[in-house]
Amino acid sequence: MCISRVQQILTAAVLPSRRGGATHWEALCADCAAGLPFDGVGLALMADWGPADLVAATDGVATLMEKLQRDLGEGPCVDASSRRRPVLQPQLAATAPTRWPGFGPPALKAGIAAIFAFPLQVGQIWLGVLDLYRSVAGPLNAHDLTEALAFADAATQVLLHLQDQMPLAEGLHPDLAGHDDHAEIHQATGMVTVQAAVMLTEALLLLRARAFSSGRTLPQVAHDVVDGTLRFNPADEDDEDES
Amino acid sequence: MISQERVLTKLVAASTQQARLLELFELQHDEGPCLDCYREGRAVANVDPVQAERRWPAFGAAVRAARFASVHAVPLRLRDEVIGAMNLFLADRATLTAEELALAQALADIATIGLLQERAVREQQVLAEQLQGALNSRTVIEQAKGVLAERHQLTLEAAFTAMRTHARRNGRPLLAVAADVIDGTFDQSLQPDL
Repeated sequence: MCISRVQQILTAAVLPSRRGGATHWEALCADCAAGLPFDGVGLALMADWGPADLVAATDGVATLMEKLQRDLGEGPCVDASSRRRPVLQPQLAATAPTRWPGFGPPALKAGIAAIFAFPLQVGQIWLGVLDLYRSVAGPLNAHDLTEALAFADAATQVLLHLQDQMPLAEGLHPDLAGHDDHAEIHQATGMVTVQAAVMLTEALLLLRARAFSSGRTLPQVAHDVVDGTLRFNPADEDDEDES
Repeated sequence: MISQERVLTKLVAASTQQARLLELFELQHDEGPCLDCYREGRAVANVDPVQAERRWPAFGAAVRAARFASVHAVPLRLRDEVIGAMNLFLADRATLTAEELALAQALADIATIGLLQERAVREQQVLAEQLQGALNSRTVIEQAKGVLAERHQLTLEAAFTAMRTHARRNGRPLLAVAADVIDGTFDQSLQPDL
């Protein structure tokens, strides 16, 4: 019998013997990290505005890698999605500080030496990104690259399968909704458009800038906006604080 | 055979179009190894026509008439869920060995994946659009809640209720109302209600 590599990956990830409450994602990412020379794997969905929900991460560093990109709106996964092709960064220390001034330093500090980001796509539709990182710099060989692409295809199939199980009006499958407080980021963005009299994209930039300059996370800043302790003023990027 | 909503519904493939074999599947809407296998989530193995007739009278009689020596069923599983069953009919042997049964289960597991694949390929463009739509619409609705709450000094919950009420009253999708909130047209149409 001849089955494709993608089918093999799917078979391994969804087999009944793989129990223990792990989602398809978690199983898939764990297989990817275990079978290939990567230290960790993260998988994020992408909305129009940028990285949306983090659906799986194999370890703390992978979680940080995804959250940094969401908070800063920059990084390999953002580029892989917007440029619609894989972004391979075997020497992060050499490229990241200039290419992603916000993302680079904390990523390097967390011990990420190389990142390989693969878009999850169906035709012209981009749904998310599979991010693989290594703590040792160096390029992927042909085998590992082929494998990573197969894992990205398998992840796309799982995405579509989960969506297929949802009634049309009910939106995202629960396995796809992130555990983070994404709602508050969007609510805060809406509030800041009114407070600062700017467009949505700009409002999100203001929130990100605030998070970056104050050394806090985007959800933390968004939370302050939602509960009214932080406001942004029109025509002036100097926002005023509570105290 | 694939189940949906707890009812066996669909014969997805058979190795021959032999009328008697198809009839055997037909009968299993009410009783038979596939249904038992699906309900119990376990393989039903090595059932000869005599046993078959005792367990499932109509189905057993059809097995005997078709001159099969034994029938078997293995579950099609997806993780903890049984989504269907694969029926095997042997013309000349009463039993399958443990190895053969394990192989049958492996084939059934692969068949499960195959089903996912086929469905995904056929509908993947549509599904991808739905998924992207769901991701983006959720964002837009949350943003609109923020805009409306800030503009009229409402709680986020009250802002959402206002949008939903307006959507229902006017027979419009919530997403369209959210878009109106963001571009300002909603305020003109709903100011008195707030």
